[in-house]
Parts: sequence; C-alpha cells; structure tokens
Amino acid sequence: MKSPFSKGLLDGVPIALGYLSVSFGFGILAVRSGLTTLVSVMISATNLTSAGQAAGIAIIAAGGSFFEMALTQLVINLRYGLMSISLSQKLDDTFNTPRRLLVAYGITDEIFAVASAQKGLLTARYMYGLISISTFGWCLGTFLGASAGQFLPASLTNAMGIVLYAMFIAIVIPPAKKSRGVLAVSVTAALCSLLFKYLLPQISGGFAIIFSAVIAAVIGAMVFPTAEEEAEEVKA
Amino acid sequence: MTLVIYIAVMAGMTYLIRMIPFAAFRRQIKSRFFRSFLYYVPYAVLTAMTIPAIFYSTGSVETAAVGTAVALALAYFDMPLIVVALAASAAAFAAGFILPFLR
Repeated sequence: MKSPFSKGLLDGVPIALGYLSVSFGFGILAVRSGLTTLVSVMISATNLTSAGQAAGIAIIAAGGSFFEMALTQLVINLRYGLMSISLSQKLDDTFNTPRRLLVAYGITDEIFAVASAQKGLLTARYMYGLISISTFGWCLGTFLGASAGQFLPASLTNAMGIVLYAMFIAIVIPPAKKSRGVLAVSVTAALCSLLFKYLLPQISGGFAIIFSAVIAAVIGAMVFPTAEEEAEEVKA
Repeated sequence: MTLVIYIAVMAGMTYLIRMIPFAAFRRQIKSRFFRSFLYYVPYAVLTAMTIPAIFYSTGSVETAAVGTAVALALAYFDMPLIVVALAASAAAFAAGFILPFLR
C-alpha cells in the first residue's frame, strides 16, 4: 500500500515538471526587472503563484505603492479563494484547523485541479505530498531561470520571457471556445487592458489589470450568468 | 528593506486569500451574480495580464507575435499547458534567427 504522502508526491510530478519550466521563465523575468536570484526564489517560495508573481515584480520594478501591491494580489489571486471554498467541501475529518492553515499555502490552479479530480475525500498527508513536490519544482525552476539568465545567450532568455504568458493563453482559450461568457469576458478584458495601456498610460500596470478584470467579470456575470454546474467546476 | 515589505505584502495577501475561505467556509455561496463573477475572474485577469504584455515579453514585438500566434493555435487544439508554453517560447526563439533573413 502506498502511503497518502507518497501518492501525493507521485501525482505532483507532472505539476512539478510543468512548474519547472514556467518558473524558469519567471526567474528570467524577475532578474530582468532588477531582482537578485535570492529575492526571486524568496518570492516563489512565499507566493507559489504565477500570475500574481509576474504582476508583483512588475509593481516592484515600477516602484508601485504597497496598497497597489495588496490590491493587485487580491484581485489576481481571488480565484484561489473560490478554489479554497470548493476544496474545503472535500476534506476528510482529520483535517483540523492547523492542517487547513498549512495546506492553504499550496492551493494553486494545478494543485486544485489534481486534488479536486481525486476520488473521495482528501487527506492532509496527500496534500502535503502534492504541495511539497510542486513547490520544490517551482522554486528550483525560479532559481535556475534567475541564475541562468546570466549565462544563457540573450536570444534564449528573451524567448523564455514568453513562457508564462503562453501558459495563460493555454488556460483561457479552451474554455473560451466552449463558453460564450468566457469568450466575452476575455475579449472585454483584452480591450480594456489595451485601452489602459495606450490611451490611459498614467494608470499603473497593477491597477490597469484590476480595473480591466473587474469590469470584464462584472459584465460577464450580468450578461452571461453561469449555470450552476459551470460555476462549480472552477478549474482555472 | 522596501523589498522585504513588498514581498511580505505580496505573500501575506496571497496566503490570506487561500487560507480564509479554506479554514472558514463550510457553506456554498448562494448569490448567482457573485458565483458568476468569481467564475469569470480568472479568465479576465489572465487575459488582461497577457494582452498587451505578451508582445513586450521577448524584447522584440515580431518574435513575440510569432510566439503568441503559436500559443493561440496550440491552445485552440487543447494542447497541455506545458506544451503550449514551451512551443511558444521555441517559436519566438526560432523567429529571432529566421526573421532577420526575411527583411
């Protein structure tokens, strides 16, 4: 019998491999925005989130306010709150408050996806396995990306800068094909973002993302309220 | 020092968003509007973050556009995240060598 912890480790291997390359791109971006390797790895170890970290280093580089940082993280990572609500319904009886506090650290898009696909209730040990190997991949990739940025040719590191954004495209496009709501929301968000960037450049990047996202999601919720089943399947 | 505060704010906020509902929520949200809003937020955020930033991600708008086109095409055919991410990067890399010859 495999222990729940090692099953979690095993299930986490594909996540860790994916994270390795994506966080490699993050490491490159971070160093390019003026951060050291140590700081980049610290950010990855404490945040464990691609979109939030990418926005975070942009705010640091631009010298944005702490308020802007907090609000940006709130809006960008709001989806984790939804995933946490969903996963909280699936925890076994031994999941006491300290364990919840620990596991909450590791709720990401991919970990959520794997955990919610499990049959039956989730144990804390399984989640520890899943989260620890994924976090290891995330931090190792950041370290390699940040340090290799100095040794690899610029043509290669430049090309790696697109990795995170390409992953975001891969998350958005498939549901946008199936749901008019997701398509409308994405197009609206893109238009708003372009508007802020080119017509209202005085609004900083973090706020532009917040405003664009909230406007698009509110319009989506009003015009295309989701069916109950759709809202329950919160894979993002 | 400022850097440490930035990271603390970032990490603290990110953790609280995950932790509060995970530790506290026992019931489902009823409001259809709020559920729909939460459902759409990830897509809105990711798109707003990607456009137009992706075109500035490789240091050349042309190579970035090639990478973006490859990402869109592969994502359309439901390729796994990792495949889309690496192929887009490879395409941008290749475009960096090929495009100068097309001028």
